[in-house]
Amino acid sequence: MKELKIQKAEGRIIIKNGRVIDPANKRDEVTDVVIRDGKIESIGKVGDPDPKAQVIDATGLIITPGLFDMHVHFREPGREDEETIETGSRAAAAGGFTGVACMPNTTPVVENQGIVQLVKSRQTAYCGIYPVGAVTKGLECQELAEMGDMFHAGAVAVSDDGKPVTNSNLMRRALDYCRMFDIPVISHCEDTFLSADGAMNEGALATRLGLRGIPNAAESSMAYRDAQLAALTGGRLHIAHVSCAETVDVVRQAKRRGIKITAETCPHYFTLTEEAVKGYNEMTRVNPPLRGKADVQAILEGLKDGTIDCIVTDHAPHSHEEKEVEFDQAPTGMIGLETSLGLCWTHLVETGVLTPSQLVEKMSLNPRNILKIGNSKLEIGKTADLTVFDPKAKWTVEPEEFFSKSRNTPFKGFNLTGKTVMTVLDGNIIK
Amino acid sequence: MKWTKKDLLDLESLNREEISMVLDTARSFREILDRPVKKVPILRGKTVVNMFFEPSTRTSASFDMAAKRLMADTVNISPKTSAVQKGETLLDTARNLEAMKIDLVVIRHMSSGAPHFLASRIKSGVINAGDGQHAHPTQGLLDMFTMREKRGQLEGLNVLIVGDVTHSRVARSNIHGLIKMGARVSVCGPSTLIPMGIQELGVKVYYDLDKALAEADVVNVLRLQLERQKKGLLPSLREYSQLFCVTEDRLKKAKPGITIMHPGPMNRGVEIEPAVADGASSVILDQVTNGVAVRMAVLYLLSGGEGSLSEAIKKEA
Repeated sequence: MKELKIQKAEGRIIIKNGRVIDPANKRDEVTDVVIRDGKIESIGKVGDPDPKAQVIDATGLIITPGLFDMHVHFREPGREDEETIETGSRAAAAGGFTGVACMPNTTPVVENQGIVQLVKSRQTAYCGIYPVGAVTKGLECQELAEMGDMFHAGAVAVSDDGKPVTNSNLMRRALDYCRMFDIPVISHCEDTFLSADGAMNEGALATRLGLRGIPNAAESSMAYRDAQLAALTGGRLHIAHVSCAETVDVVRQAKRRGIKITAETCPHYFTLTEEAVKGYNEMTRVNPPLRGKADVQAILEGLKDGTIDCIVTDHAPHSHEEKEVEFDQAPTGMIGLETSLGLCWTHLVETGVLTPSQLVEKMSLNPRNILKIGNSKLEIGKTADLTVFDPKAKWTVEPEEFFSKSRNTPFKGFNLTGKTVMTVLDGNIIK
Repeated sequence: MKWTKKDLLDLESLNREEISMVLDTARSFREILDRPVKKVPILRGKTVVNMFFEPSTRTSASFDMAAKRLMADTVNISPKTSAVQKGETLLDTARNLEAMKIDLVVIRHMSSGAPHFLASRIKSGVINAGDGQHAHPTQGLLDMFTMREKRGQLEGLNVLIVGDVTHSRVARSNIHGLIKMGARVSVCGPSTLIPMGIQELGVKVYYDLDKALAEADVVNVLRLQLERQKKGLLPSLREYSQLFCVTEDRLKKAKPGITIMHPGPMNRGVEIEPAVADGASSVILDQVTNGVAVRMAVLYLLSGGEGSLSEAIKKEA
């Protein structure tokens, strides 16, 4: 079993000769980063190194502000058999993330300040934990949750993720109310009348497999509704897990109109299509579902032109027992923290869709800015929060080696390029 | 040619030769059913488990009878009387039965892909007796057997499937099988019950039953589940039957000698007029008889049967 070690931040550490990519500072150069007692001391070539300093040779490696995943499910409290905040944090660190935002659909739901505090109290040294509070009590779409209290307790956003806020008026109120705290409402867009009991993307393949389909309109129609409500209220809207071409269009148009809207997608929406469902592979069951080729193309374009701001994993651990059942009985979702960087590097950077710097924007700068997390750029004197990865490392996805407690990934056996070497959090080195 | 597949999951995964092989084998077995003693000791010592997670009369009786005609031992499991009620998973149920040393599992399940799920995880052969709205391969085979029996050959035959195609595994298995055998297939039904992308399977789509009937040699009428109206897929059953019920009046304009089929159970007066169901063109009960022969053939082939079939069926029990 692999282990992650934490090296305490003491003395001077020189990360030498790495390619430092820091989009907020428009920096992309091969240089040295010096950390002293956990804080960044200098960025620039070190001529005559301190003989007592620890030197880490980063030749050929990339150093970036710590990657941040603004959409994970760590299942604590409630389903600690699937993931805990500790195991999820290890998976995050192994995947190169120094911070994650945890969705509130736990048991109990993160719907008041006490539960926000509980989640935060479980934080380990592996990864920063930023709770997202619920929009409605119990995610039941009846009454607003205590969003102000939760904000003051440390919630960085609100969302009923896993479920849509079906009541348009409640969504309007949530967007309006959250203006007071300037936090985004993260919308899981799904018209549940349209998605009904669907198990995969609607279309010829679903017809062939005899599985009920979910049309793109189930997502895009609610994204459009929410964009209108954001315009009406002036609230900040963030569209979760964009899966289809029509939603990319909705977000693009809304941005043009000046609506306060941001959006995210997940690696599985630009690396897989519905074809992966063939053979009823329950690992590919996810909500929203894997879509068609044209949708993947639209997502790539949305990433390229900036319509889609962030890449998140929607890391959704499920136990083997619950996932290994008939396809339409399997719970939706897949884990992603330990495959995200490799998938993004292989399928976005090596293919020329994004520059390395643009990838760092979507995996660090933008999510940190949307949630106002800080550490979105490298600054002298600030606590070091970094990701170091090898863009040339080739590896094969082996779920048995994951730090996550769960194994539900459709990427088993995939050959990827790009792997985390270490992260630096609060000045501590984790590798 | 030798049968090589462990399972029968759908007709999409069979080739033309394999389909012909089942149909030819079934013809040998069909003859046994007319004997005074309807049994041959071909599968003696084999055990077939019938797991029906959905209600079924015809298919479950047909499989049970087919196995008994071949003198296999059969065990019938239904969800109401099984440990599924106690929360046991499908996989655990099957693995436990397999531990009792069985040979074949026949499964009917409401989830599309459930037989595939099972087949990739247990050693016994799996026969799909209907999964969700995906496939019902033995129904497809018995329909083709009946068409071949009545119409000589499948090549060039014009087959029309009428009704709720979206929710029909029978329609899908008919389409895949018939197209492989060279038939021309059309579907006709309300647009809300014709699934997206069905044309990609190689069928022609009609919304006007009279136009659709004009070219048909065979009409396979699907059952309309009565709850479709409540789910907002149809305004009313009355309107459905106005537009899509196969009636004597409509058939007057069709080709003479047209063959009428229905997989059952029928809603008389909704999708098919009683006079048509019971009329001279109807082969609905022949389908049921042939179903036993086709299932005998499938059980035989999946048990590794080969070669001396002509000798074997001469023996009586």
